Amino acid sequence: MLKFIALRLVQGALVLLGIYAVTFLLVAATPGSPFSSERAIAPEILAQIEAFYGYDRPIGERFVTSLGNVLQGEFGPSAVYANRTVTQIIGESFPVSLKLGSISLLLALLLGVPAGILAAVKRNTWLDYVPMSVSMAGICLPTFVMGPLLALVFGLILQWLPVAGWYGPEFVILPATTLGLYYAAYFARLTRGGMLEMLNQDFVRTARAKGVPESTIVWKHCLKGGLIPAITFLGPALAGIISGSFVVETIFQIPGLGQWFVRAALNRDDFLVLGLTVLFAAMIVIMNLLVDIVQVALNPRLKYD
Amino acid sequence: MTDHSETAVLGDKPATAAAGAPVITEEDLVEGSSLWKDAWSRLKKNKLAVGSLAVFIFICLFCVVGPFLSPYDANAQDLFAGAEGPSADHWFGTDTLGRDLMVRVMEGGRISLLVGLVATVVALAIGVIYGATAGYVGGKVDASMMRFVDLLYALPFTIFVILLMVAFGRSMWLMFVAIGCVEWLSMARIVRSGVISLKKQEFVEAAVSLGYSHRRIIIRHLIPNVLGPVIVISTLTVPAVMLLEAFLSFLGLGVQPPNASWGVLINEGQANMEIYPWLLLFPAGFFAVTLFCLNFIGDGLRDALDPKSAKD
Amino acid sequence: MALLEVNDLTTHFHTRDGVVRAVDGVSFSLDRGETLGIVGESGSGKSVTCYSLMRLIPEPPGRIERGTAMFDGQDLLKMGPRELRKIRGNRISIIFQDPMTSLNPYLRISTQLVEALQMHTDIDRKSAVNKAIAALEEVGIPEASKRVHSYPHEFSGGMRQRVMIAMALITEPDLLIADEPTTALDVTVQAQIMDIIKQRQNDLGTAVILVTHDLGVVAGTCDKVLVMYGGREMESGSAEQIFYHPRHPYTRALQKTIPSLQAKGQELFTIPGLPPDVSKPIPGCAFYPRCPYPKTGTPEGERPALAEIEPGHCWSACGFCDSSAPIETVLTKAGDVADDTLPETAGSNA
Repeated sequence: MLKFIALRLVQGALVLLGIYAVTFLLVAATPGSPFSSERAIAPEILAQIEAFYGYDRPIGERFVTSLGNVLQGEFGPSAVYANRTVTQIIGESFPVSLKLGSISLLLALLLGVPAGILAAVKRNTWLDYVPMSVSMAGICLPTFVMGPLLALVFGLILQWLPVAGWYGPEFVILPATTLGLYYAAYFARLTRGGMLEMLNQDFVRTARAKGVPESTIVWKHCLKGGLIPAITFLGPALAGIISGSFVVETIFQIPGLGQWFVRAALNRDDFLVLGLTVLFAAMIVIMNLLVDIVQVALNPRLKYD
Repeated sequence: MTDHSETAVLGDKPATAAAGAPVITEEDLVEGSSLWKDAWSRLKKNKLAVGSLAVFIFICLFCVVGPFLSPYDANAQDLFAGAEGPSADHWFGTDTLGRDLMVRVMEGGRISLLVGLVATVVALAIGVIYGATAGYVGGKVDASMMRFVDLLYALPFTIFVILLMVAFGRSMWLMFVAIGCVEWLSMARIVRSGVISLKKQEFVEAAVSLGYSHRRIIIRHLIPNVLGPVIVISTLTVPAVMLLEAFLSFLGLGVQPPNASWGVLINEGQANMEIYPWLLLFPAGFFAVTLFCLNFIGDGLRDALDPKSAKD
Repeated sequence: MALLEVNDLTTHFHTRDGVVRAVDGVSFSLDRGETLGIVGESGSGKSVTCYSLMRLIPEPPGRIERGTAMFDGQDLLKMGPRELRKIRGNRISIIFQDPMTSLNPYLRISTQLVEALQMHTDIDRKSAVNKAIAALEEVGIPEASKRVHSYPHEFSGGMRQRVMIAMALITEPDLLIADEPTTALDVTVQAQIMDIIKQRQNDLGTAVILVTHDLGVVAGTCDKVLVMYGGREMESGSAEQIFYHPRHPYTRALQKTIPSLQAKGQELFTIPGLPPDVSKPIPGCAFYPRCPYPKTGTPEGERPALAEIEPGHCWSACGFCDSSAPIETVLTKAGDVADDTLPETAGSNA
């Protein structure tokens, strides 16, 4: 088990390195420089600024330097927002995004997984049809449609909840619901599929033949295997919630990382883009590692791989 | 998404490793017409899928033919008729610049559907070639190729697409390629598992013993046989692709003005939704209904082509 | 009173393509300690018969249409779920065909073994596990105390079937249903598994219903035999009666298919044609289309009534063919090769 985790950690580190390299190349390939703005700057001054940030040196050297800095936890300055470092910006915005993201993911799991189990157990009844139709609708209403619609209905028409800003608990509800519902729909469908697959297995018949009640069959015999598809989807779900936050934070004007990322990409704020990409990628890699570990714990057949 | 579960759940049974894809044998190929006829008759019984197909065809016609029939031009501004609600003249109302929203929804639909089609073709090409090669060659090559796909599955792709769009300009064709490059993974997996299950069957051995080249075997025998699952996954890729396009357009990275896709229209609509809710509701409605239909058609096709999975 | 008395058991599946009459009016009875063999080709309804008794038919699409199955005075087919659970795994156990899929891969063997015990008796976990170890030892699993905590994937197919047997018998049931317990196993293990079932039956005095498509297995194991075809009873009687005096053309043909009873060097006999499509009503005799005997009429109406030839020996007395002669004569006449016409070289077949 320890060897397995160590192996996955090394793999994760390599993946992160790869992501960093690709991002670095993409950023470097973008035409122009972070400092060319509409305001006319004298070429000498521009050259000076670029030299200050190391942009006059060859790309290979720049890559090694920046990688070295990142490994020391130093993401560099923001090229656009003067006097602020990337670390500062992340430090301010990360808690906001973390809160929004984890509440969304929790909401997705708490809503989706039970709905999926229920639908599988009560298949071909209205307890199956209703949640599954709702979840199909959920999958077809992406965050950028769901968000404005929720804001329109609950914020503007019913006036129950605030639609913009980030000042108190009530400000979390709409954006977290927007982000979470979409993935709740996915989790519901995956859990239903996984549970159905388990419930159709021969060993369920064996359990019934032993006189095991249906509830025990669901909880004891099927849940472990039935949850695997949903658990496997946690990694992609986190990635989706991160990119969804780009949209949701824009719609609801939340000062989180997502907004920063889009702005940084558009403004060519190289260090900020690199820093945020590494952060996002690291979160996803860690999530995938956790998923792998949970899977091995759930499925005895994977232990010796 | 389902193939995650397959590998995890069925890990113990090599024989069923490819169980996710319907196995189409040489016999089916000989009696090809009856396979497709059967599938068609099953599909016809699925009212949800047939209804979705009808609605989808209607939306396509509406978007493709509609602009020719409308008296309005998508970009003709009429500032005196700015932001009016739905009326007899403008059925969907007008936007803030006085452009007829119905024509804009039609034109936006053209672009969204085009993206869906082209990017799916790109994904299809990459996925089929990659998956078929991996499955066909097998062994270590297959293992490392699939490990690479696993690795890519775990990556934050939208971030790369955003950076790609920023780095290389916001051209529509680049977007097609970028999206296609992201969405080929499931395709590759499904094609591979189909190929592996087919490879074990006698008619491929027969082709090998007849001395046919690998290329010929892949093109002549394997690809036609994995067509069913590929059609299904393609149908389901179209909505995924349209979603990604709309996402990019929403962030201002996709289709650029004066062109508009549904994603662009939704973005414009949400900016003004307090005062002019129809600007959001019409494009969002069309977008959601199209995705709905495509998903149901895909599910229906899967049930029709693979009756075993219909029980779910 | 018989332990189990089944009368007119009828199970249909209502599918999109029509009603599949999987079991169509089957009756039999079984005393304590007795062994009944149910024989027939695939699709003859023998497994569905057993699942119907245990009420393991997926409903829908399946439905038990009519009939009774009196088990120790109670009708299994009319029991509520709660009473049924008290019988299942406690007084009636079942072993399935495929041990590879019948054990839960996510749970330890120990958990699965003690489950029935803990469900049906007041026993603490520790003594239950001890009982499980003893049960594993009795079916010949080496190092049982160590292996009891393994997962199913750590066992071979034959070992898993042993585990299934141990699991089924751990509550010492009155009746064991064995649904083709050896079909999915290697030929080398099949005999061992049958021996274990027989031996445990002797130890515990359990009645056994053995489902098989192999009449040869039945001969050495069973007291009574029920021959099924197309969901219907073709012939029933003591093993001796069925084996030495088969009356129904199907039983006779089936007997001809036992490899060890055929002359060496002769091409193995198989019954030509396919089992009937039970999704359509079958007029008269279900076996008629494949029957090798000279046809004397067109099958129509209800199936032939069961006729008792000698005490305990019944057959579905069909009136659509002339089955008075032994089957060999018919087969020879039909152009099948007789022993003496075989070429010398055919010995390589055996």
